[in-house]
This record gives sequence, C-alpha cells and structure tokens, in this order.
Amino acid sequence: MKQTDHWLLPDGIEEILPPTAGHIEQLRRKLLNVYYSWGYELVMPPLIEYLESLLTGTGNDLDLETFKVIDQVSGRLMGIRSDITPQVARIDAHSLNNHSIARLCYSNTVLHTTATHPLGSRTPLQIGAELFGHSGFASDFEVICLMLESIQQAAVKHPITLDMGHVVIYQGIIEAAQLEPMQAQELLPLMQAKAVTDIAELLKRFDLEPSVRDMLLTLPQLHGGIDVFARARQDLAAAPTKVAAGINALEKLAQALAIRFPTVKQYFDLAELRGYQYHTGVVFAALTPAFSQPLGKGGRYDNIGQVFGCARPATGFSADLKVLVKLSELETESTCWIQLPDLKGLTTEQQQILWQREAELRGTGARLIAYMPGQSESSLQQQCDQKLVWCDAGWHLAPL
Amino acid sequence: MTTTLTIALSKGRILKETLPLLADADIRPSVDITNSRKLLFETNHPHIQLLVIRATDVPTYVAHGAADIGVAGKDVLLEHGSAGLYEPLDLNICRCRLMTCAMVGARLGNQRPRVATKFVNITRRYFSKQSRQVDIIKLYGAMELAPIMGLADQIVDIVDTGNTLRANGMEPLETIANISARMVVGGTAMKLKHARIQPVMDSLTAAVSQRQHNN
Repeated sequence: MKQTDHWLLPDGIEEILPPTAGHIEQLRRKLLNVYYSWGYELVMPPLIEYLESLLTGTGNDLDLETFKVIDQVSGRLMGIRSDITPQVARIDAHSLNNHSIARLCYSNTVLHTTATHPLGSRTPLQIGAELFGHSGFASDFEVICLMLESIQQAAVKHPITLDMGHVVIYQGIIEAAQLEPMQAQELLPLMQAKAVTDIAELLKRFDLEPSVRDMLLTLPQLHGGIDVFARARQDLAAAPTKVAAGINALEKLAQALAIRFPTVKQYFDLAELRGYQYHTGVVFAALTPAFSQPLGKGGRYDNIGQVFGCARPATGFSADLKVLVKLSELETESTCWIQLPDLKGLTTEQQQILWQREAELRGTGARLIAYMPGQSESSLQQQCDQKLVWCDAGWHLAPL
Repeated sequence: MTTTLTIALSKGRILKETLPLLADADIRPSVDITNSRKLLFETNHPHIQLLVIRATDVPTYVAHGAADIGVAGKDVLLEHGSAGLYEPLDLNICRCRLMTCAMVGARLGNQRPRVATKFVNITRRYFSKQSRQVDIIKLYGAMELAPIMGLADQIVDIVDTGNTLRANGMEPLETIANISARMVVGGTAMKLKHARIQPVMDSLTAAVSQRQHNN
C-alpha cells in the first residue's frame, strides 16, 4: 500500500463522523431506555468466543459470515461474533438458567466476512431484544410490537410494511409429503425463491399424493394482503392440523397488530422460509420503500438453548442502528453553546464561582467550551451563541 | 422505490424474444426499443417502465431495488447468484443448454484438465460436485478457440443448435443445466409492490401458458 493510501478503509467498513455518530448514539440510548421500560435487561456478550458456541443453535447459518482467529492461549479456534442473538440465547440457557420469563436486550457491533446485502456494512451496529420462556400469541405480539415501537422511536420518515410468515405451514406440508432428506434439501431453495416452474418440474420426480403435490405448488403463491388467509384455508385444507393452527395464529396476530399499529401496512407470505433451519414459528420483518432490505427482523426459535443445557421457547428481533439512523428524521436535540471566559486575570474566588456555575449549566444540558490560548475569537464565536460574563459578584449568561 | 413498476430487460437475443411475450401480456414500449439508443422506456401503462441493460447487470439492478422485476437467463442467475431474488416464472424463451464441450474424440485423461469458460462459478461448482479437480480459465468470448489453440482441454458454454461447435471440430459432452429466460422479482419489491406486481405476473403467466398450448 502506498503511503497516500493509508486512509483507505476496507470494503464495507466505514467510520461514522459527526453529527451521524451523535445521532446513532442518541438513538441507541433512546431504544435501550425503551427496552428497559418494557422490562428488558441489558446484556453485553463478548466480542469474541470459541467458534463452536457461536455457530450452534441459531448460529448454524453463520459459519461463512464469521471471521475466525486462533486463540494463542488454548490453540482453539475463536470467532468474532457476526450476530448477537445466538450469544444471548446461550446466556439465557446457560449463564442465567432461569426457568421463568426472561427478557434480554443488547446493542453492539458485529462483524461480517462479507456484507449480507449489496452495499451493506460489514460492521452493522446490532440492537435487539429477545424474550425467553413463553411460546404463543402473547410473546410473539410483544416482540413484534417492540420492533415496530423501535422503528417509530427512530422516526423513520417512510411508510412501514410488516411482513409476516409462519414456518410451521411449510413444515406441516413437508411432513405430509414424507420427503427423503435429500428431496427436502432440493426443494427448500426452490421454495425460498418461489420458483414455481422449477418446483413443478422437481415434484414430477417425487412420488407424492396429488393433494400434497397441489399444496406444494400453491404454497409459493400464497402471499399478499389479509385475503391470503381465506385462500390458504381453502388451498391447504388437506394439510395436517398444525398448518391450520399456524394460519390461525398468524391471523390473530395480524388483527391485533392492525389495531395497535393502524398506520403499518401488512403483508403475509406463507412460504417465508428465511432462517428455516432454526425458526420454529412466526417470522417477521419491517420493510420500507426507501431501503432494499428489512429495517428490522426476527422470529421464533424455540428450544435452541437445548445445546447449552436448557431448551426454552424464544422469540426476538434485531435491527441495525446505522440503517435506522440513515432513514430517520431524528434531529440532534437543540442545545445552547456557551463560551467560557479566559481564566487569565480572574481571581481565585471568581474561578471557584465559575466552576460551580459551569457544573450547574452542564447539568441542564448546555455545552460549555473553554477558550484555548492562541485560538481566534471568531472561530469560537461561530460555535457559541452565548457567553458567561462577570457582573454583580456572579457569572451571568449574555448573548455573544 | 415508488409506485412505478420498473422492469429490467436483458439486451440482445433475450430482448428480442421477451418483447413479443410482454406484448402478449399487454405491456408495450412507447417506442421501438430495438431501434433506439435510449435505455429507459415508457410503456402503454403509465406506471410501468422498462430498462434495457446487459444481462449480467439485471440481478444487480433487481437486488438493489433499482428495478422491481427483471428478465434474465438462468445461466446469469446461476453464475452471479440470485440471493434475495424471487424467481417465480420460467418464461420458456431462449431455451438452450449449458454444457461441457471438447474437440471431437478428445477425452479428459488423468491429468488436471484446463477448462475455459465465462461461467467460472458454475464450472467450479459442477466439477467439484463430480469430485474432479480442474483449472479454470476465464474468457469473455469465442470459447471454441481455446481448445483449438491448446489453451484449454474443455470449455463450458451455452449450446443452442451446436452449429458453432461443429464448425470448429468440437462436440457437446455433458449437460450442466437447462437454460431459459426467467422472470425475477426483488425480495422487498415483491412484498411492498405486490398489488402492482401480481397482475404483471398473472398476465405473463397466462401469455407463457398460451404459447405452450399453441405449440
């Protein structure tokens, strides 16, 4: 690398400058306060840990995403986290070993070997919340509400669509089809791509009941607005009962969410198979026309903690703070900037009163800047709108 | 992403076969695309516009959300990846095969063969699935020259009629994939513009089945 290239950052790695960095931090604090007020406890999982722990459970898909290094102490392979959710699931299952409801939240940087989407960052600033110990409507509803609340708090200036699916619908049909593992493996990517023509070709090679074949052909087309539930009940009538239960659960959630978030549009995709390897129930994502990827996403992943010693129901969501801020209308809170007087020539008493006054003003959120010897008055005056002047044995604010 | 629906079309042979299919689905560009230097075209529907770009750029435009729908060959989708894209419809046009080919009578010996292709990723995946170690040479055109000039032992290329191969003393060997043009839809576009996309998908599906029925 030439000396002139020393400033160059790797692809997908960015530095965040003022005022954006300030906005991100402001939003991070705001959201963590919201999670706190909903009863979520903050956890800080480590930046790096043994690879096996990172890639177990929900982390199964993360192998290629994870940077690896050798631990010089133990000689074992360590991974730099590419997702915090598996770490939080481990904390719940092993470190807390709590048998009642646990609500945990987190916010920190993760590292990806390659960006997960075009122009994406390799160092997203992940923020999220997970709820352990309950399976069903109440926890699904709470977690989705909290994701939508986060987006509202971020003042995202574009319309939001909530995309929802339920992996049990596909699971139920696949069980009815009694496919060999190899066949199921071939079908999954085609179903994920909604490649209807290829699915039809593939199914010709499988020995299937006509009713099951029809359901597999119809499923990728079962997406759209609220009308999709009526279509699904008709087209998937021959499916095992768990499919109908999945459809009912999704509809109940949709109705409740429509009342609580009337401005959020809803879209349903009954063949949504994102994270199919570990999701076990409702999956959801928040979308906006201004960005080609979900703003926030999550879903249910029951019993993932089993590998860490405790199988528990679990659901949660996460978002990237950098993306939220990029799409948000949050402004830096307006504060007043105050120029401090030059200490030269002040009496000890004047200085002591000044320090008290400074602490008092900083406590109200004002920003006080000291004059640096040699600094031009005009550069300081550009930043500040007020100054402290000595009068009547005290320091008082005066316009600059 | 606005309420306008943008359809990205692949230049060249796919374009020539796509336009009649779009016309059957009642989507017609307002000017003659084949005789225009423009890249962006209005259609008879005020909310639908067409882009004409290189075939390999179609997945990129659709994945970024710069276009909502794309028409691309299965070869391009296999080579450049279709992560985040839906592939709901085989348009059943521009059908051909992606094949390995060699000089007539030539067979791979025990040595590590050299394979010339522009489909580097597909070729690597195909031979590694077959447990065969090969060296891949990336070329941008006229693959048939590579074995003739001793640059490669085999090529991986699109085979339509096989005339170019025969004219150069070569023969097709194994089929890697059957290729045809596909309609692709961006993951987010599908969810946010479903009401606009579904009618286009329905009318194109109808146009494709009508053609199959007529044949």
